[in-house]
Amino acid sequence: MTPMLNVLNGPQTLGNGRFFWTGFVLVLMFALGYPAISDPYDVGNIAYLLLSTLTALGLSLMWGYAGMFSFGQTAFFGVAGYTYGVISINLGASGGLTFLCLLGGVAVAALFAALLGYFLIYGRVSGVFFGIVTFATTLALAAFFGQTAGPEWAIGKARFNGFNGMIGMPPLELPWLDDNIVLEGIALYYFVLCLVLVVYLGLRILVNSRFGNVLVAIREDPLRTELLGYDVRKYQLITFVVGSALAALSGGLYTAWGQFIPPASMGLPAAAMPIIWVAFSGRQDLTATLVGTFLLLLVFQTITVYSQQYALILMGFLLLITVLLVPSGFVIGVGRLLGRLGRGVTS
Amino acid sequence: MFAEIFSIAFQFADVFAFLILAAAGLAIIFGMMGIINMAHGEFITCGIYVTVICVQHGVPLPLAQAIGALSAGLVGIVLERTIIRHLYHRPLDSILATWGISLMVTQGMLIVLGSSWQGIGTPLGSFAVGGYTFSTYRLVLFGAAVGVLIGLYLIYMRTNYGVMARATMQNADMARALGVRTQRMYAISFGLGAALAGLCGALYAPTMTLIPTMGITFIIESFVTVVVGGANVLLGTAPAGILLGVVRTILNAWYGQIAGQIGLLITVIIVIRMLPEGVSGWLSRRGG
Repeated sequence: MTPMLNVLNGPQTLGNGRFFWTGFVLVLMFALGYPAISDPYDVGNIAYLLLSTLTALGLSLMWGYAGMFSFGQTAFFGVAGYTYGVISINLGASGGLTFLCLLGGVAVAALFAALLGYFLIYGRVSGVFFGIVTFATTLALAAFFGQTAGPEWAIGKARFNGFNGMIGMPPLELPWLDDNIVLEGIALYYFVLCLVLVVYLGLRILVNSRFGNVLVAIREDPLRTELLGYDVRKYQLITFVVGSALAALSGGLYTAWGQFIPPASMGLPAAAMPIIWVAFSGRQDLTATLVGTFLLLLVFQTITVYSQQYALILMGFLLLITVLLVPSGFVIGVGRLLGRLGRGVTS
Repeated sequence: MFAEIFSIAFQFADVFAFLILAAAGLAIIFGMMGIINMAHGEFITCGIYVTVICVQHGVPLPLAQAIGALSAGLVGIVLERTIIRHLYHRPLDSILATWGISLMVTQGMLIVLGSSWQGIGTPLGSFAVGGYTFSTYRLVLFGAAVGVLIGLYLIYMRTNYGVMARATMQNADMARALGVRTQRMYAISFGLGAALAGLCGALYAPTMTLIPTMGITFIIESFVTVVVGGANVLLGTAPAGILLGVVRTILNAWYGQIAGQIGLLITVIIVIRMLPEGVSGWLSRRGG
């Protein structure tokens, strides 16, 4: 157990002690048992909340660890969603093929991120401009897909349907023995839970590795890092592609979950949401981001049932007071407090 | 032949005016304070609604537009005094704060104002050249865009405020040591930027259908113009407007509005790859 934990723990993550990992196992056990104590509708809904946290984890890696300020993660979310739709509808995919379609969606979005990232990062675009250009990209994509209403806007059998969004793609199906398990409701919940777990632990290993140390060095001082002999731009591009691929994974899963992807998923106010989740939670820590994003999504969804406008006003307000009162994020503040208590208990 | 050339020139003037008017306020605030004002679209919306409300209450259009611009400017100064001034040493956080404000205002307006309003119609009618007809008001908009550029040049190069503002922009500590009230400079600049955004809204108010989220119509254009223009408004905004205007006019004519918008974005990405500090950074480096 100890050597495995050693790669997971390190200076770049909060929660490295026994106290934290005990809590982690308890939460995981609760998550595994959750479908038993809830109804299938809620479980499917929680699966939706969980798949959104992947976008947040990717943004935390880019913004919190590497200091790259992307306002346009929804662009990759949407591109992957539409690509999943186009591929799966045209292939009439079912069974394991749907997973290849998902991978295809993520790959196309990652390629797009690599292209955009190359121009921005190798052009040495600095913090603010990086945010603006990524933001303009996602808005332009939303506008583009919003006007694809006519029948001429289609790739093969997949119609874009303009503002209403693309529909009719299959859900994910997992081949199992001779049968296919359709990933909906509880099955999807477990699949997404595993995925979030793998991504979370994977990113912990990444940020606590040598690579992660370089990322944090770049965040603190790019010039100094470069003078120490690291190719800053290469590290930034890799991080940008990884973070964007996670947003893309969210997008592909979302599309398979709802069998629907609208252009609004790339426009405003959607584009602001990942920023709010991550800023409120505490961008410089993966755990804080994961927990905070999940809680925020839960609250947001509960209020949205009554009024979407009020829910969005609350989100804007949270962003404002986070910036004014706790710039490093609320959840990370609570996490640090718990950490101090935890050390008090063990010593 | 003349009619065709005039038509192309007219379309270019229209696009150029839109880019300049949409970007001027954002560019002032960015150039002076290094802050990208994400609530830019909401200042524009403020200008639009104040103008329309005034016109509906019988105020003549030009006066209503002036009131629209001024009220956006006032809101800007209040915002600067209450929130932005706490965030000067953290430009990235000020972007987030203005974004939060933007979300709250847009959604709040959706609740208060409802989804759509009656517009006020484009004034001044049209004129014909050759076989084509053109809206006269579009020429007024072009004149206004040129007027804004000239006005900004005069304000920043010829007035006392301009000298102090540029001093603050170059070296705030030194300016303060020489007795410039930098806080006041920031407040005025933010107010001026907000007023210009309001002016943009006020000028375009008669040409659009009114919905609370309409600020977004201007956002892409204003952001790309500021990115291409770079930090120096006086040097960068006009060339950026010309460059992007040419690209957009050509793409609009051949492939339609949306191709024009995406073309703008691609142009920006290429420009920023070659000139990371925008046109103004490149020009000032060449100049000295």
